[in-house]
Amino acid sequence: MSGAAGDIAVLGAGMHPWGKGGRGFLHYGTVAARAALADAGVDWRDIGSVVGADTVRGGYPGYVAGASFARALGWQGARVTSVYAACASGAQAIGTARAQLLAGLADVVLVVGADAAPKGFFAPAGGDRQDDPDWLRFRLLGAVNPVYFGLFARRRMAVHGETPEDFALVKVKNAAAGALNPYARYRTAVTAGEVAASPVVADPLRLLDICATSDGGAALVLSSMDFARRRGVIDPVRIRAVSTVTPVYPRTVLDLPDIATDSAIAADPPPELFRASIARAAYEEAGIGPGDLSLAEVYDLSTALELEWYEDLGLCAAGEAVKLLRDGATALGGRVPVNPSGGLASFGEAVPAQAIAQVCELTWQLRGVAGARQVPGARVGITANQGLFGHGSAVVAVR
Amino acid sequence: MVDGWFRDGGADGFVLLGTRCADCSAVFFPREDGFCRNPGCGGEALAEVALSRYGTVWSYTEGRYRPPPPYAVDPDVPWEPYLLVAVELAAERMVVLGQAAPGVTLADLVVGAEVEVVPGVLGDGAATWHWRPVGAAR
Repeated sequence: MSGAAGDIAVLGAGMHPWGKGGRGFLHYGTVAARAALADAGVDWRDIGSVVGADTVRGGYPGYVAGASFARALGWQGARVTSVYAACASGAQAIGTARAQLLAGLADVVLVVGADAAPKGFFAPAGGDRQDDPDWLRFRLLGAVNPVYFGLFARRRMAVHGETPEDFALVKVKNAAAGALNPYARYRTAVTAGEVAASPVVADPLRLLDICATSDGGAALVLSSMDFARRRGVIDPVRIRAVSTVTPVYPRTVLDLPDIATDSAIAADPPPELFRASIARAAYEEAGIGPGDLSLAEVYDLSTALELEWYEDLGLCAAGEAVKLLRDGATALGGRVPVNPSGGLASFGEAVPAQAIAQVCELTWQLRGVAGARQVPGARVGITANQGLFGHGSAVVAVR
Repeated sequence: MVDGWFRDGGADGFVLLGTRCADCSAVFFPREDGFCRNPGCGGEALAEVALSRYGTVWSYTEGRYRPPPPYAVDPDVPWEPYLLVAVELAAERMVVLGQAAPGVTLADLVVGAEVEVVPGVLGDGAATWHWRPVGAAR
């Protein structure tokens, strides 16, 4: 199903501000859910289905997030689903809700994701688990997430001639936008000098090139177009595509959590790389192209990775991302602002909430209520992210 | 540390061990012993194979912060930054990540330079593999 025939309505969006609040993930998710319900004007007891994006933290309730949020909001007998896809969990939760709505299994669905992240590096689950590639990369190599970001960044320097100073400009841009966002954790401007003066984490990337781990929560109330009309909502923000594709064998770019790529001797590499295929699937489903975008929210786990997304989204050709950045095209006021929310650079990452928060930002931008960070006349937005073990997600929203 | 990932002391010296699908010849590292992952194959006969000992640097980075467990560190030894090198193996058409050998510094590495696989040890004494620039001092 593509184009308007596959539309669902975004009736409500809500967040808990990102930070390190010292509360459990259920608190953040419940605050976000109540905010989204209030924004939608929908009573919780009228929600037909609740979809929770799982967190591996928070113990058992985190693994069964859908039911945990339903309990926190008050059991009311809704259909319930819990989904885990690492960084793409939130997008998969939205995809699940959308499938239920389009199939007629529910008229209105609550999607919630929240996390209470530990300080410092993310680490694998405990135990001695030699059958788990994620555990092995830590055990054998000390390959924490930032070292993969460092490898990508160094590779871009070698292939495209980019510099650490180029990367720093992404942080400067996103911090300027995040300073305008009341939900962001970091709300102050950052200079290139401050990036350069921050300690190296994974050469060539420094602390201010890499997103922090944060607490946070985000929620959406999604409905069928009929339900929205019955509620008198004539022109809602609509989700028109949710891409949830895997890579295609052989995957030839080293990525988390792998120790090696696939070998390309038995089959030629696919014509496009994984991240580009994530965006293409969303464009095809929505019946739009990069030229239609008013804005994009992408996973800037590192500054250098945001540049990669420009190319993967088709905003520019390979190797031209820095030119786009330096021209101001991706800043607020530019041709196609990227991360007008401030991005992960300003939020830090609350894993299962992040992809939902991206769609909250699209919703507010497309409604024209994003305040000082508003992209004028925004009509079409895309989100993009990538989850561990080959989960790829992008959401297209239109108005 | 991990059974069957490398072999030391054979005729070819220290080598990483992968597996090769008998049907489509795809190579896997870490080893895949159950089913070929090529979607156009479906083979189930995978034989052990030694990977190329030499490759070229695809990218590299230096980690400056101590990773969390289960990374093994010796608590009696002061923490030092460590280098990770992603190495492209031409014959296998794949990239394999590993730590650089002790003593190798950022200044010794450049994308495209030739490296070789050498035996190494982890912080708790467990055996592993390292990448070392060809021509670097032992």
